[in-house]
Amino acid sequence: MNFTQPHIEYAQLWPLFVVFGVACAGVLVEAFVPRQNRYLTQIGLTVVGLVVALAGTVYVGVNLDALQGARGLVGAEGALAVDGPSVYLWGLVLVCAIGGALLFAERRVEGGVTVFAGQAAALPGTTAEREASTRGLEHTEVYPLLLFAVFGMMLFPAANDLIMLFAALEVLSLPLYLLCGLARRRRLLSQEAALKYFLLGAFSSGFFLYGLALVYGYAGTMQFSGIAAAVQGDWANHSLLLIGVGMMSVGLLFKVGAVPFHSWTPDVYQGAPTAVTAFMSAATKIAAFGAFLRLFYVAFGADRWSWQPMLWVVAILTMIVGAVVAVVQTDVKRMLAYSSIAHTGFLLTGLLGVQAAGDLGKGEISSLEAVLFYLTTYGLAIVGSFALVSVVRDAGGETSRFAAWAGLGRRAPLTAAVFAYFLLSMAGIPLTAGFIGKWAVFSVALSAGAWPVVIVAIASSIVAVFFYVRFILLMFFTDRETEGAAAVTAASPLTTGVIAVTAIATLVLGIVPGPVLDLVHHAGSFIR
Amino acid sequence: MTLTILCALPLVGALVTLLTPAGGGRPKQIALAFSLLALIQGIIVAARFDKGERGFQMTEDVTWIKAFGAHYALGVDGLGLLMVLLTVALVPIVLVAAWRDTTRSSFFAWVLALEGFSLVVFTATDVLLFYVVFEATLIPAYFLIGGFGREGRSWAALKFLMYQLGGGLVLLAGVIALYVESAQTGGGPSYLITDLQKLDLSTDIERWIFIAFFVAFMVKAPLFPLHTWLADTTEKATPATSVLLVCILDKIGTFGMLRFCLGLFPNASQWATPVVVTLALISIVYGAFLAIGQDDLLRLVGLTSLSHFGFITLGIFVFTSQGGSGAILYMINHGVATAGLFLAVGFLLRRHGTVRISELRGQERMTPVLAGLFLVAGLATLGLPGLSQFVSEILVLIGAFDYHWWVGAVAVTGIVLAAVYVLWAYQRVFTGPGGDPAVSPAEIPVVRDLDRREVGVLAPLVVALVLFGFVPGPLLDVANPTISALMEHAGVSDDAPVVAGGK
Repeated sequence: MNFTQPHIEYAQLWPLFVVFGVACAGVLVEAFVPRQNRYLTQIGLTVVGLVVALAGTVYVGVNLDALQGARGLVGAEGALAVDGPSVYLWGLVLVCAIGGALLFAERRVEGGVTVFAGQAAALPGTTAEREASTRGLEHTEVYPLLLFAVFGMMLFPAANDLIMLFAALEVLSLPLYLLCGLARRRRLLSQEAALKYFLLGAFSSGFFLYGLALVYGYAGTMQFSGIAAAVQGDWANHSLLLIGVGMMSVGLLFKVGAVPFHSWTPDVYQGAPTAVTAFMSAATKIAAFGAFLRLFYVAFGADRWSWQPMLWVVAILTMIVGAVVAVVQTDVKRMLAYSSIAHTGFLLTGLLGVQAAGDLGKGEISSLEAVLFYLTTYGLAIVGSFALVSVVRDAGGETSRFAAWAGLGRRAPLTAAVFAYFLLSMAGIPLTAGFIGKWAVFSVALSAGAWPVVIVAIASSIVAVFFYVRFILLMFFTDRETEGAAAVTAASPLTTGVIAVTAIATLVLGIVPGPVLDLVHHAGSFIR
Repeated sequence: MTLTILCALPLVGALVTLLTPAGGGRPKQIALAFSLLALIQGIIVAARFDKGERGFQMTEDVTWIKAFGAHYALGVDGLGLLMVLLTVALVPIVLVAAWRDTTRSSFFAWVLALEGFSLVVFTATDVLLFYVVFEATLIPAYFLIGGFGREGRSWAALKFLMYQLGGGLVLLAGVIALYVESAQTGGGPSYLITDLQKLDLSTDIERWIFIAFFVAFMVKAPLFPLHTWLADTTEKATPATSVLLVCILDKIGTFGMLRFCLGLFPNASQWATPVVVTLALISIVYGAFLAIGQDDLLRLVGLTSLSHFGFITLGIFVFTSQGGSGAILYMINHGVATAGLFLAVGFLLRRHGTVRISELRGQERMTPVLAGLFLVAGLATLGLPGLSQFVSEILVLIGAFDYHWWVGAVAVTGIVLAAVYVLWAYQRVFTGPGGDPAVSPAEIPVVRDLDRREVGVLAPLVVALVLFGFVPGPLLDVANPTISALMEHAGVSDDAPVVAGGK
């Protein structure tokens, strides 16, 4: 038996390996570097690794044009596709990851320790926990875990065959399950969130795997291009394909938090340490939507008449449930969680607006461009808002009850104003990035003839505006002082930097979105 | 660059005002200075304006978002020029009127921001740019209502914003549909009004897009049945804010009907005429009855506007030159007269802490100047000949009778009812024995009449009411070309109204 050495395109794939390599190095740091030096070593390693990977991504993206033939290539023996959209999504994931890493490193708001549990193995409320806390223990393993998740998130949208898709899904999920359970305060809530996320996630992965097997059974190949050919030729039993697509959708819709697979979102977003929530709410959605787009456009694109109606229903339900349930929330993090569900619905609205290239008018924006742009605006706003939530605290640590936030506009006008601006961006008010994103996804859906979805999207936007604006009202126009009012803790430049950069980016993208729109336009389409 | 400077002056002023420290700096003076600069720039625009020309003048066009076909494109026509002048003239007046109302610099900054965004609204010649600033005006308005004003203002602000953003999102659907239609044509997407006018929309699509635009403008203007935010907002906001909202911001609604509904969808506009005219008539009569029944003067003034916006919409949608020119004139005159009423009521509120009609009487004796100026503005509102609103009302009514006699007949009742709500309110508040009926005459506190600042605020408005009542010619000359272009676009031909030149 001959063994052929797989051919890896290192020139295009090296940003991935940088992240993976640094993650492995981080594990070694845990083993060999003395405890007191680990914090700085890990942060330095992580941030430098992510920045190098980001620079590499830009480099690869710039050099895509130099490749022969199409802009991009299918590498790693057909397992990964490096093309415009993957490179753009890598960049986006890395930007969110850098933001996340900086938030992970924040120590000032907790009085000199990070927001992660001193010793995760110590049971809540035991002597061991108190001891860990008095000794000032810290888990620096979170940085390698973050990097492993980032590695998975970069693989996921680039995966070009089913096995790689599943492997990437697991690589990105497992570290996140762990990170969710590591909160320093309210540990039971955090652990409950992690367990919930893990159980439901594992269950949905099961569905995903089963669907994957059925699709393989239908097409006889793991490669997206082979599946696309099979779907186009309609060779085999069509029901097999439909069931397979349906089950794979369950897995993906779970990851993006779409109704009816959304129920984990509020609990996990609330329970997880806020830094983790900020990172994963943005990056997971970016990666999962990237994979979603590639799988459905490339592999199942020829059969879009079968899956578009399903996405219509899911998008409509997601927008309605997300917006309506958010109205009755009394906790900031839960409100943001439901709003992120509504945003998933808006993203799906863009996703189902796919049309054949020939049906697009000259210079008309395509659904891929719209979704990529929306992911950018959403990622910025959500990272910024959760970062901001992490500095609004009372004596018991972070507080996200509405009552505590009442009147924040008078106590800390700047913080409240920035948070209000993020909310307005999520509501899609003009002069914010969110408006441009919303405009883009609605217009592609309308162009594809999905006007009922657009009408529901408009209606749920109105509902969404209500709860965002009501919260602004709560912050600025509440006269009564309430018990246990929160104050803004002075954070280190790590957190304030993240907030400032995301806020400025949201403003700039709202006024001059041109360059980024050109970038997503230049990203072109998926390579097949 | 003329128009960019015009729009940028208040926005820069807003930033400067906001950054001025409240203690040592002089935020009010700075804000007033910027609003006066904008006024001067507005006069320069008017001086450069060529009345004979029909299209947009002083145009600027820079590609803004290529993928969306959006341009940063400004320009003024007759309609735009009149609205710009109304805005730049009212804002300094409002600032002086609010001089003692608050010490917070944010109020003055928000007023300037609102002015800047409104000026872009009136000069934008690109639909997406229009939409963006159309929505952006709401943020300053929201903070003006919610941050200042009377008890219960925060919920009034929420109600205001929800109505407006709801209408705005419906408009968004229309704006997006325009993009989709425009992108399907050969030349690529474009949001320029001049390009969109060339679009060949199918009947159904034109009607749907028209409805989206009209609903948004109907909330803004407001028209029955989407008017319920109006009274609550004017009651809770400060009178100065109400002037900005009703006299400037709400004009965007009727402005949009002319510029976009008639300009882009002439066929659908004519198709919708019966429904729109009916809604306008209901607004005229119902608004007047609501106003008669109010006990709070600020609510009353707010609801008179519902009736007046009914008149304006009627003038627009009867599709005659008299009606159209009358509507444009009406927008200006209503702005001036209602500003006078709101500010006069505001001065009353400062003196008594209440403007409930049932708690006031006999104010004429204590504050004769205030009473007199209130009466002039009120008489203008009810369309007394010799004051400016009469001219516009007559033009609209001529148009209405041309359309159908019963439309004119119903609209005329609006004038009769206007006499009731103005004069009855005046009678109850200003005439009769002075003071609170519950308090014995000996305990009545002395109330000062208007001081020089307050007279200075109301005087220009009253002068304008009288002036344009006798000499409406210049306004008509500016408005006519816009209307005749619109009528031509809609395929209606008749003669524009002119002021007969006596020899």
